[in-house]
Amino acid sequence: MTSGVDLSRPQAQTVGSDEDVVRVRQLVRTVAVAVKLSLVDQTKVVTAASELARNTLVYGGGGTVEVTAVDNGRRPGITIVFADSGPGIADLELALTDGYTTGGGLGLGLSGARRLVDDFDIQTAPGQGTRITITKWSR
Amino acid sequence: MALSTDESGRLADLLTSRVDRVIQRWTEVVGEQLRGRLSQAELLRQVQELHRALVDALGKGAVDLAAEEATELRAVLAELSRGQARQGFSATETATGVFALKDALLSAMEDDQSTRTLRDYVAFAAMVDQMGLFTFESYVHTREGLIADQAEQLLELSTPVVKLWEGVVAVPLVGTLDSARAQVVMERLLQTLVDTGSPYAIIDITGVPAVDTQVAQHILKTVVAARLMGADCIISGIRPQIAQTIVALGIEFGDIATKASLADALRHVLRLTGVESGRRQSRREA
Repeated sequence: MTSGVDLSRPQAQTVGSDEDVVRVRQLVRTVAVAVKLSLVDQTKVVTAASELARNTLVYGGGGTVEVTAVDNGRRPGITIVFADSGPGIADLELALTDGYTTGGGLGLGLSGARRLVDDFDIQTAPGQGTRITITKWSR
Repeated sequence: MALSTDESGRLADLLTSRVDRVIQRWTEVVGEQLRGRLSQAELLRQVQELHRALVDALGKGAVDLAAEEATELRAVLAELSRGQARQGFSATETATGVFALKDALLSAMEDDQSTRTLRDYVAFAAMVDQMGLFTFESYVHTREGLIADQAEQLLELSTPVVKLWEGVVAVPLVGTLDSARAQVVMERLLQTLVDTGSPYAIIDITGVPAVDTQVAQHILKTVVAARLMGADCIISGIRPQIAQTIVALGIEFGDIATKASLADALRHVLRLTGVESGRRQSRREA
């Protein structure tokens, strides 16, 4: 699992079950180690990926995750895209509020994941699915 | 692609009339592939059994592997691949055991120079292919079964509840804490609390690689359930990177005691029991 990941191209993983969430976590950890993120940042980005991949599964009805090693010229980083074609999010501001949940969780996944990474971009509309892009830079 | 009745009969003839040659070449090819991982006697026995089952099936008029007459042949193939899958042979090695029959057939047919030979060989080879694919499927099926068994065993294995001290039990969590495992952990812990009458439980998460909101929620539920039964829970094994991640996520453990290491947690409990044992007892009596 840790070997054989080609960093030069995006690594895709479909998310259709709980086991896939574990696979996403392992893939993200592998790439995060390869781009030399610190242990704390590795843990943060893996945890954020775990939250968002589970959201993709639970609320989006499954989707895909794409992990890419990136470099902005000054430092390396890791970019992860979570895409689903589920119902989308109607009220984004509400969804990003701490403690708000429609699924019986703690309501911290989306808002917490945003705090765990450096860049967080979300594109969603009712009926249009959801696409979240996060990036964590090495420091 | 099924054999014609004629072809089926000719294949049976070939296999019986050249039995020595076929079996000799067959064992040779398989033996080469397995390089001594199976004893010569065992190998010969397997090849003879397959040979016999195939001849039987053809003799009864089977024209392909799916035929009613080939039931026993299928059973022999399935048994063979099950055995090899369990013994750790690779899929290639297992399938080669069947595909080697092609070599054996070719060697048995070499002397026959009639024009029919090529057509026959192609038809026979198609039959062998069917047998090979069937072997492969049985192999995969067996391996999947083994993996499912192991996953279940792992689930059992990885959630021990250990008694650390008089009145103190601990659950060292290792690996991914998904809903299924969280359920097993909670059941085991609560049952152990009842069985041992322990007032303290330590949940150690040193071996959990990432604590996300789902894991946290499972742990919190376990703690609340233990509290309902009158036991205090301490969460230990919170490493620096996990602590920082939990803070950033915004998870609050409230008034649940948390410690960096299992040793700290045990010390904490012993201090509580040592200093407050009188008070706890009087509270219980009241």
